Amino acid sequence: MRISRRIFLKSGGVAMIGMTAMPAFLQRAIADTPAPNKKKLVVLFQRGAMDGLNVVVPFAEPNYYRLRPTIAIPQPKDGGAEAAIDLNGFFGLHPSLQPLEPLFHSGQLAIVQAVGSPDPSRSHFDAQDFMESGTPGKSSTNDGWLNRSLQEMPSPKASAFRAVAFGPYLPLTLRGSASAIAIPDLKQFRLFGNPQVTEGDFESMYASSVDQALHGVGQETFEAVDSLKKLDPDNYQPANGAQYPKSRFGKSLQEIAELIKADLGMEVAFLDSGGWDNHVNEGGVEGQLSNLLRDLGHGLAAFHQDMGDQMDDVVFVSMSEFGRTAHENGNRGTDHGHANCMFVMGGQVKGGHVYTKWPGMSDEQLYQNRDLAVTTDFRSVLGEIISKHLGTRDLSPVFPGFDNDPSKFLNILKS
Amino acid sequence: MHSAHAFRSSRTRTFTQHRQRPISILRKRLDAAGIALLAAALLLSLAIIVPSVQAGKSSAAPASEKRSEYNLPKSFKGKLPITQLTEDEAILHALDRLAYGPRPGDVDRIRKMGLEKWIDQQLNYTTIDDSALDAKLAEFKTLKMSSEQLLSKYPPPNQAAKRQGLTPEEVRQQYQQEMQAKRQEMRQQGIDPSMIQFETMPGPQRIQAELDLATIDRAIYSNRQLYEVMSNFWFNHFNVNVAKGADRWLLNDYVERTIRPNAMGKFENLLDATAKSPAMLFYLDNWLSADPIAFQHMQQELALRRQRFQGLFMGMEMPAPRQFPQAGRFPNGQPPQGPPKKQERGLNENYGREVMELHTVGVNGGYTQADVIQMADCLTGWTIRAPRKDPQFFFDDRIHDRSPKIVMGKTFNYGGMKDGLEALHMLATSDATAHHISFELAQHFVSDNPPQSLVNRMAQTFLSSDGDTRAVLKTMIYSPEFWSRDAYRAKVKTPFEVAVSAARALDAQTTVSPQLAQWVGRMGEPLYQCEPPTGYADTADVWVNAGALLNRLNFALTLATNHMPGVNTDLSGLFGQDADSDPSLVLSRALGDFLGGQVSAQTKGTLEKHLSDPQILQARLDDPVKHVNEGLIAGLVLGAPEFQRR
Repeated sequence: MRISRRIFLKSGGVAMIGMTAMPAFLQRAIADTPAPNKKKLVVLFQRGAMDGLNVVVPFAEPNYYRLRPTIAIPQPKDGGAEAAIDLNGFFGLHPSLQPLEPLFHSGQLAIVQAVGSPDPSRSHFDAQDFMESGTPGKSSTNDGWLNRSLQEMPSPKASAFRAVAFGPYLPLTLRGSASAIAIPDLKQFRLFGNPQVTEGDFESMYASSVDQALHGVGQETFEAVDSLKKLDPDNYQPANGAQYPKSRFGKSLQEIAELIKADLGMEVAFLDSGGWDNHVNEGGVEGQLSNLLRDLGHGLAAFHQDMGDQMDDVVFVSMSEFGRTAHENGNRGTDHGHANCMFVMGGQVKGGHVYTKWPGMSDEQLYQNRDLAVTTDFRSVLGEIISKHLGTRDLSPVFPGFDNDPSKFLNILKS
Repeated sequence: MHSAHAFRSSRTRTFTQHRQRPISILRKRLDAAGIALLAAALLLSLAIIVPSVQAGKSSAAPASEKRSEYNLPKSFKGKLPITQLTEDEAILHALDRLAYGPRPGDVDRIRKMGLEKWIDQQLNYTTIDDSALDAKLAEFKTLKMSSEQLLSKYPPPNQAAKRQGLTPEEVRQQYQQEMQAKRQEMRQQGIDPSMIQFETMPGPQRIQAELDLATIDRAIYSNRQLYEVMSNFWFNHFNVNVAKGADRWLLNDYVERTIRPNAMGKFENLLDATAKSPAMLFYLDNWLSADPIAFQHMQQELALRRQRFQGLFMGMEMPAPRQFPQAGRFPNGQPPQGPPKKQERGLNENYGREVMELHTVGVNGGYTQADVIQMADCLTGWTIRAPRKDPQFFFDDRIHDRSPKIVMGKTFNYGGMKDGLEALHMLATSDATAHHISFELAQHFVSDNPPQSLVNRMAQTFLSSDGDTRAVLKTMIYSPEFWSRDAYRAKVKTPFEVAVSAARALDAQTTVSPQLAQWVGRMGEPLYQCEPPTGYADTADVWVNAGALLNRLNFALTLATNHMPGVNTDLSGLFGQDADSDPSLVLSRALGDFLGGQVSAQTKGTLEKHLSDPQILQARLDDPVKHVNEGLIAGLVLGAPEFQRR
């Protein structure tokens, strides 16, 4: 089997066309690529603790305005671009999330509010580990909840793209014994230089390496490089006139859409975004949070538009390690808090609804008198999604020690 | 590139044993093909004693050397407790851990002078001559400039516009035109493209570019290698992100005058220096933190003074009180607490938390949320004077919390700056901090899961030496765990370590190479751009993944084949004229120089198989004699699994 490869000589980006034989094990890997799970899950981690109370605004909760005199989002009743967008008479979207409003009302987008981890940690790094491992309070867990859900559905012939993180690192969410790769930049996911020598040699050096840490990684890398040759990321045209924001988030979403459409066997995709830790000048209608939300709203709307009918097979879910203080701090920002909100989007989502047991925001209703209380465990939301959507049958190894009985699901998904 | 990634993922602040994620668990997966290959590999190297191979470790050493005891001469090792490594292995180990890898000739030099003597020099680095590097760094003029000078010479776009009475867009256009002209002129003069890129980058970016290049040059060329390793270690421990607002102008001062002078000194001095540095005060928001009551009081006094002042100008109009523009949209038409007090300022607990969680006692160091708040209270008033013009540390007693504060059971009621200094002193000298810092050092220098016995011994020294970095390092280096077979090549290099050690191995000469810094970023570790305060991870599980590996291989090829603008390598000088037509000689010299000749049979076999490839031995059009493509061989060796470890 001979295939053409495009190689970019680094200096000056000279393109050449070359031909070479593919190692046998890679031929097998590609020939064996099975009909993949049609269902795709896209996971977003918002690192730094998003301020969920200014994202999905409880505008009918008087305490919200009492606690946030300078950064609260005004009530929607006066309308306009500088007020919350009414969702259900109690909650409203931050005005920068306007692109999500039609998705909510058409039933494609659901929101969970006052959701989070039961662990009290206000350390970003512990809380992220706990949420990513899916084991709050237990720091010895070596793998992530999403990797364990893939372990529960073994797929010996799975594509090198079964689980992909878009960024330079493999996040804890995807680390574990099931194969997963990180792609920093789809356009540059190839080897420079002459393929006959470099690819062949690197492949066999890493494939036969006795280095336990590097052996598997090398194999995943070269399988992925070869599969990607079917793609042409430089010339990808989003469908339906979708326009992704020019941010890293927008770029990652576009790459996810491209990989899903290319049918390379990707089942789960992970991306993350930063900048949410606004202790100072978080802002209200305008400001740092508003800028991040504009990116989020435009990105998700573009992704939804680009995917079109295929959105029926996709579920998107977002999370952030914890929320922020119910009251604003002394610098028009917020400090580390507790409960947050999650977004769930897709064709099979029972959207148009804010799923919540609203805990209230009076001083005595707040968690430790300062933060929104957690009334829904994030594991229940994720458990429902991987069980109904990906088809993970047994949730107990994925979220050990957590009672994730289907009868307790919030029923955010249709089937 | 991806500076915005990861508020976390990049870091293990793992400083207790149970928080580790061994690679063995992460990489259990072996499909059929993998098992077959691995089996074949093991058969090939019958000699490898599997149980002795530490998780994730390559077993390059021949079996006969496994677990052997070596009696190295006293003149070589002095009192260093080396028993499990050969002389050459010990030298390579020292160069990989206490330096950024071997340069050509280093191994011979250390063998001659004795390992203990070399280590002693590295610990007492001030006597080592570094004038060649200093001369090289002289062209990076921003290193020696104060923040005030940087702000004045490379102003933020808005300030520059204001100064010239233009809009920021006009300034940008004007600047672009100037740079366009400059670029053309330089091109006509035949100046190197990387130099053109460097000379025409926007002002503020130039500051960071110079710092990046200086950091890389120091790691490659400094003779004070351990000092450079420690400077980078401490920066990462006390991480600041250059991309956060004003930190672009504050970072030079932080690196040059906060971190580096304290890199081999007492921990408490370093902690205090970072706490007072404008860069850290800005990065973790403490410069805005104030006791709300004290702040209100101050505002009232200021207002009173203003009134008195205005009294002097009787008859002039007083400014109207500010109206809140959106009052009508709140319930009852009014925001519940009246118009927002624009001038209100209060406590910010960001730094108070991270100084405990990350900088000192660690996340399990025994503090509570209440301690975080009271720690922040102790540090109220630690702020920045003239942040936009001449940023300097400044203690503003007027916004300092005057009430008694209790942090981790100890009361701080001294008043003034002493509250903060004493609280920092408590943290710097605590048992938890001694263990936390010792663990991080051992994790960096020894292994991802350093032996508890070693960490405890280092922590003892930390406590008895008043947190003396040099003393703690000495305890570590004089421990058998440091020289154990298990520790040998146990660490996976970070991208920065890959880049710098490759340049050292090739004896590469940098002129000015912004692209070299960009490659470090592309491999996943953009310099000075780690967003979360944790700094970058120091464990393999974060760095070993498919995407990153590909970039490492591409980096190795680019650098070794002389395609990195601003970096030159003289491979025929390195490998010798006689190797020019003998591929196997090039390979054996590359393996010898870069990896001490220690590679697995698999790696060596793969490389040897391709020596006859026409790509390796090339004839040029004007020269019928075939020449070895030395860059390609060097690149393949630098991309080999063994070079990813140190």
